[in-house]
Amino acid sequence: MSETRERKDYTNSPLCLSGRGVTKIFGLGDKKTVAVDHVDFDFHEGEFVSIVGESGSGKTTLSKMLLGLINTSEGEILFQGKPRNISSGRKKREYWKGIQAIFQDPFSSFNVFHKIDSVLLDCINMRGGRMLSHEKKVEMMTEACSFVNLKFAELTNKYPFELSGGQMQRLMIARIFLLKPRILLADEPTSMVDACSRATILDMLLDLRDETGMTIIFITHDIGLAYYISDTVYIMEHGRFVEYGKADEVILNPQAAYTKRLISDVPKIHEEWDLSTVELKAE
Amino acid sequence: MGKVILEVHDLKTKYVTRFREDVYAVDGVSFKIEEGKSLGVAGESGCGKSTLALSMMGYYFPPLHYISGDIIIDGKNISGLDPDVVRKTILGTEIAYIPQAAMNALNPTQKIIRFVEDVIRAHNPKADKKEIRERAQTRFAELGLPKEVLDKHAVELSGGMKQRTVIAVSTILSPKVLIADEPSSALDVTSQKMVIKMMRELMEKGYIKSMLFITHELPLLYNVTDDIMVMYAGQIVERGSAREMVFDPIHPYSHGLMGSILVPEEGTRGTTLTAIPGTPPNLKKPPQGCRFAERCRYATDECRYHSVPEKQFDEGRGYCCRLSVDQLREAYKNE
Repeated sequence: MSETRERKDYTNSPLCLSGRGVTKIFGLGDKKTVAVDHVDFDFHEGEFVSIVGESGSGKTTLSKMLLGLINTSEGEILFQGKPRNISSGRKKREYWKGIQAIFQDPFSSFNVFHKIDSVLLDCINMRGGRMLSHEKKVEMMTEACSFVNLKFAELTNKYPFELSGGQMQRLMIARIFLLKPRILLADEPTSMVDACSRATILDMLLDLRDETGMTIIFITHDIGLAYYISDTVYIMEHGRFVEYGKADEVILNPQAAYTKRLISDVPKIHEEWDLSTVELKAE
Repeated sequence: MGKVILEVHDLKTKYVTRFREDVYAVDGVSFKIEEGKSLGVAGESGCGKSTLALSMMGYYFPPLHYISGDIIIDGKNISGLDPDVVRKTILGTEIAYIPQAAMNALNPTQKIIRFVEDVIRAHNPKADKKEIRERAQTRFAELGLPKEVLDKHAVELSGGMKQRTVIAVSTILSPKVLIADEPSSALDVTSQKMVIKMMRELMEKGYIKSMLFITHELPLLYNVTDDIMVMYAGQIVERGSAREMVFDPIHPYSHGLMGSILVPEEGTRGTTLTAIPGTPPNLKKPPQGCRFAERCRYATDECRYHSVPEKQFDEGRGYCCRLSVDQLREAYKNE
C-alpha cells in the first residue's frame, strides 16, 4: 500500500482526440432522444481520462461515436488534430489501427470458435508481423501474456470460454499490448469481475499506459474507481458534461450538484454513508 | 449476547459434475447470527459465497448435494429435509433469498400481485385473494413502494424498482433470516442506496430478524452489516466486526482483499492497489494444508503440508492461520 505511482501532468502534451459539439440524436419527431448533447472534449496523448455517469447518461453512445461504430448527428471529432475521415470501410480499418476497445462483457467479446492463439496471432498479423517466423511470434505472444500475468504455455490450444472472466479481460489487455494503438477505449472493463481481479486489471492498464504512452479513455459508473485511476475526469449527465477537470479537483471539491450526489451515493469507509439523501418512493 | 436466530454448524455441501467428480464448495462452515444483527460475507468469485447461500436454504437440487452439518433457525433444524417440505414450510417464513439477478426472477407475463399470491398460497393454499391484496398493499406502502406496482408487469419497472419489488415480495411473510446474494451489484449507485435503505427499514421494523449479506464490494459491506466474515475456498478464514475487518484485517487473505478497496476519498489516489496473485484452488482436490498457502506470501512449508488449527467463528473475532496476530501485524507494517 505504501508504494506510490508517479502521476505526470498531461495537459500540455499534444492533442490526441478531441470533439467539438458532438451530438447524437436517436429517433425522429416526437420520439426524438438526444443521447449526447453538444459535448466538447480534448484528450491528450498519454492521458488517462475517465468518463463517469449513471446508466442512461450517454457514456456508451459517446464511446461508440469515438470508435466510429455509429455516426455523429452533429459536430466533428478530430483525431490527432485533424478531422477524422471514416467514410469508407478501408479508411475505418485504418482508423481502428489507432483506436482499440475493451468492452464490458468479456464473455461476448471473443469469437468462441477461435482459439486463444489465433486471437493473439491476428493482432501480430494486423501490426504487419505476418512474415515473422513462428518462434518470433510465439515469443511475442508469450511476452504479451506475461505482461498481464498469464502463462502462454497454459493458454495455447485453449478456447476463450475456458477462462474465467478476469482472465479473459486480461487476455483482452494482452491483445492491446500487441496492437499498441494510440488510443484505448475501455468501456466498463471491470464491472463484471470481482474486486480482487479488478485491482489487477486496473494496475495493468496503468502499466500499459506508462509503457506505451497511449491515451486511455475509461468509461465507468464507479466514481471511486475513476478517482483512483485517472488524470482527468469528465462527469456526464443526460448527454452533457456537467463538470470536468483534474481528478483531485473534481472528486475532492465537486462543483456540480450531480457530481456531489454521485459522490455521496457511493459507500465510503472513512465517513458516514448518509442514507437519508434518498427517499423510498415511486420513481 | 442476544438470542441466536441462525446457527450453522459444520455445514458441508458439494457439487457433483457430469463426470461424477465431487467439488466441495462449502466445506465445514460454522457461524451464528444473533437477533437484529446482520452478517456480511466477502470473498473473490468462486470462493463459495453463493453456494453457501443456496446451501443454507436447505433447498437442494442436483448438481448441489448436502453432505453433513446443521442449519438451525430459531431452534428448528432445517437441514436434510425433503425439498418439497422445505418449499412449503421453510422458504418465505423462516428464510428468504434474494438473488443477484432479480430482474430475471420475475416472470414477464405475470403481474406482480401474482407472485405475492404464489408466495402466500405456498404456505396457505386457501388464502383469500382480497386479503392477499390488502396485505401486499400495506406492506408495499410501508416500504415506500407505490401500490400501483402490484398491477404492473415486470417489464414496466426499472431495474432498481424490480429489485425492491423482489425484496418486498420475498419478505412478505416476515422471514426470520434474509439471505441477500449481491442484491445491488447490477444497479447504479442511487438505486443501490435505495435497496440498502429498504433492507435497513425491514430490519428496523422487525419484518426480518437477521440478515446474511453477500457481496464482494467491501465498502458496501462496511456500511451495511455489523459483522463481516471472509470466505476462501469453501471455508471461513476470518470473522470480526465491520470496523475491525476493514481497518485491521488479520488473515493474509483478508488483508489482500482489503487492499483492493476503492473509494472516492482523499488519500486513496496514488497508492497502489494490492492484488492477490494467482487463482483460488481447484476444490475437486483441495490442498492438504492451508488452502491459501499457495498464494500467501508468508506461507511456510508447515502451512503447506499441515492442516490449520480449527477456529470457531461463533462470536467476536476469529481467524484461521498458523501465524500469530503479532507476527502478521508486524509483517503488514513492513510491506
